[in-house]
Amino acid sequence: MSDEAFIELDGVEKVFDVRKKTGFLKRERRQVRAVDSISFTVPRGEMVGYIGPNGAGKSTTIKMLTGILTPSGGRLRVAGIDPSRERTRLAHRIGVVFGQRTTLWWDLPLIDSYKLMHRMYRIPDARYRENLDRLVELLDLGALLDVPVRQLSLGQRMRGDIAAALLHDPEVLYLDEPTIGLDVISKSRVREFLRELNAERGTTVLLTTHDLQDIEQLCSRVMVIDHGRMMYDGPLAGLHEVGESERTLVVDLERELPPIEVPPARVVKVEGPRQWLAFPAAESAAVLVARVAAEYPLVDLSVREPDIETVIAKMYAEQAEQAEKAGSAGNAGKAIS
Amino acid sequence: MGSGRLYLAVAVGGFRRYATYRAATAAGVFTNTVFGVILVYTYLALWDEKPHLGGYDQAQAVTYVWLGQCLYATLAIQGGGAEKDLMERIRTGEIAVDLYRPADLQLWWLAGDVGRALFQMLGRGVIPFVFGAVFFPMALPTEITPWLAFLVTLLLATLVSFAIRYLAALSVFWLMDGMGVNQALMITGVFFSGMVLPLNAFPGAFGEIVRVLPWAAQLQMPADVLMGETDPWRAYAFQAAWAVVLLAAGRLVQSAATRRVVVQGG
Amino acid sequence: MGETSASGTAETFGGSRAGEALRAYRLIAGMWIRSSMTYRTSFVVTVLGNLLVTGLDFVAILLMFSQVDSLGGWSLPEIAFLYGLSATAFGLADLTFGSMDVLGGRMRDGSFDILLVRPVPVLAQVAADHFALRRLGRITQAVLVLGWGLLAVDVDWTAAKVLLVPMMLVSGGVIFCALFVAGAAFQFLAQDAAEVQNAFTYGGTTLLQYPPTVFGKDFVRGVTFLLPLAFVNWVPAAYVLERPYPLGLPQWAAFASPLVAAVCCALAGLAWRAGLRSYRSTGS
Repeated sequence: MSDEAFIELDGVEKVFDVRKKTGFLKRERRQVRAVDSISFTVPRGEMVGYIGPNGAGKSTTIKMLTGILTPSGGRLRVAGIDPSRERTRLAHRIGVVFGQRTTLWWDLPLIDSYKLMHRMYRIPDARYRENLDRLVELLDLGALLDVPVRQLSLGQRMRGDIAAALLHDPEVLYLDEPTIGLDVISKSRVREFLRELNAERGTTVLLTTHDLQDIEQLCSRVMVIDHGRMMYDGPLAGLHEVGESERTLVVDLERELPPIEVPPARVVKVEGPRQWLAFPAAESAAVLVARVAAEYPLVDLSVREPDIETVIAKMYAEQAEQAEKAGSAGNAGKAIS
Repeated sequence: MGSGRLYLAVAVGGFRRYATYRAATAAGVFTNTVFGVILVYTYLALWDEKPHLGGYDQAQAVTYVWLGQCLYATLAIQGGGAEKDLMERIRTGEIAVDLYRPADLQLWWLAGDVGRALFQMLGRGVIPFVFGAVFFPMALPTEITPWLAFLVTLLLATLVSFAIRYLAALSVFWLMDGMGVNQALMITGVFFSGMVLPLNAFPGAFGEIVRVLPWAAQLQMPADVLMGETDPWRAYAFQAAWAVVLLAAGRLVQSAATRRVVVQGG
Repeated sequence: MGETSASGTAETFGGSRAGEALRAYRLIAGMWIRSSMTYRTSFVVTVLGNLLVTGLDFVAILLMFSQVDSLGGWSLPEIAFLYGLSATAFGLADLTFGSMDVLGGRMRDGSFDILLVRPVPVLAQVAADHFALRRLGRITQAVLVLGWGLLAVDVDWTAAKVLLVPMMLVSGGVIFCALFVAGAAFQFLAQDAAEVQNAFTYGGTTLLQYPPTVFGKDFVRGVTFLLPLAFVNWVPAAYVLERPYPLGLPQWAAFASPLVAAVCCALAGLAWRAGLRSYRSTGS
């Protein structure tokens, strides 16, 4: 039964008291709802993307899920445990990677941090060795184990951090911006590893990210949060529909041409022989590319994904609009709390 | 002049930077006040045992204590001023950026440190001093002239203090690590400035020596000028001489250091 | 539930929380020692530097005694005895709990959260944070002064007096540890104000290096009843040196230090818990 809902949130809230200076010696107390009545469940073995603009409440949610923060209201369970009450017990069953903060020891060889995890989590020797070997292989850490962490590149350190979070066989892995600041190769390596981890071990993964490609390549499900509220929970394709988002096709033609015509795409910008075409994100890029290639002298092209901020901004604007319409029924401004 | 305005802006920046740490400043005020109280009691016991030690009476000894607490952060007597950032920039190699700036390196850092000193004085130094004046008998002049002379010595003390720390920071060009230098700064600063005991209470030949070292320009000189224990012009001359010598030494070492950076290719 | 090997063993071994905390402390302190050993010359320099910096306090006392024969009615050996007791007790606390002032910084840069997702007590992790053997420098000079003081004071040693010396070091150390923990708890309220604790810790050890007769009566009252620093060395040392007790305390007060230390620990523990709770409800 607990397998069906490995992570369970029911009306979870987090309210902060914020004191703001409003003048000399004058302070105003204000309550901020960082997380406002959020409910969702994640079954064991699912990979979920958790996205939203800065300050939307993503980190606050992760902090409540890991037991760092105590919720102000609602019910929250991870593996049947209330994280805020049994934080240290839960710690054995979860792995956490904070993208911009490392758990590794700066001046010591990478392997030393792993040895610490081995003893701190009391991982049985055989299990530790087996896990370490497997992680070293999958994350390609072999040559890095004896290198002091301060000498590792950002991408290497992220891989090192991910391994450190997995040595004790956690059932769920939380990743806060795991690909932030990484180069393309490091990004794809991290993604590939997460996919394998999920397939091989059935580890539940919840990741927050700014990079829509992370979600696209990893997650069957995406949750969008804004102003502490759940805006969307479903497959990624649905998000594009809801957000009416558009992708951009950038084509380099042989020569300067007037704006080309390939509906439903429309040209949004022309710069010499280069043209930018916007098309609905849910539409297949392949069909569009084929048509452009058939009808125009094409040299080169690339497809640009919409970034999350834009998608969410659109979604948000739409919600506000709907609320306004509903507002005429005497319910104004409720969407914006 | 344009460059004058530049250094003024740097100084304002230094002031503002320290002004943002309100809680830390309040904590510093509290700590300096507590240490002041502890020191005052021990000094009172000492001067009780030996009145007129070092030519001070009890009220002057008390004044000296609170002046020390006031100038402790202002003059970064234990270190922790601009030299800390400078060392870090040398260590990380970011100093190369500073060298390409169309400004004089030494003046640039001096301006920032003066801004810092001014904030530490107003934000952190004045309150313990006032506290001391309210709760303990102090020997403060009632006319304006000694106070003005005191301000001049403070300015000169700031220069000497900076010059010492600037020289120490430049050593990181060769040592590559500031740990040991910082410790040396701390020990010499606290001891030879007279933070533990007024320099004029140091015994014998040792006392003669510490009273002519540059650190004597930091706390002892301003204190003596404020309390009328020395001729202001003598104090100015002493402080200015050390300031010129140390700042010139700083320039010399600085040019050797920059040549080194250029040779190494940054 | 709990079938995974990791959590299973933890529950079997994790019998006592204190044992668990001690183990975590050892593990983390070990990592910091190894980190500091990667810069060997720096390490040697800082041990020596620490010895010198902390020794300056005693040099100040020596300078004073170059001018006078007694301070507040106490002789140099007697003050050396006080100094040695205070500085050694403080040195022990400084070595074991002395880096807790980095907590505020850890909260600001978010790395404190990493400590909270580990399966070991947070207090042990914070106490062991930035563990530094260079602090042995302070203990070394303190023990040297204490040794000289013990040899030089004019005391008819009895069993009780001999016993009081280690008791002062241990209870004094514990009282200072409690101060460090309380200071850390305060940082939950004011992250930038780590320096406040210096007034009590460093300030405390400094004032205890001088005899109580030097200080004003209200001040002595404050550091006896409000912040019971007097029990680190003043009161028990008065028994050893057969000097009048500060504030006319009863005879048995000389033996009350362990009790005072226990109360300090309990209060500091409560403060820490309250601080941690407020962090976990506000996230700052």
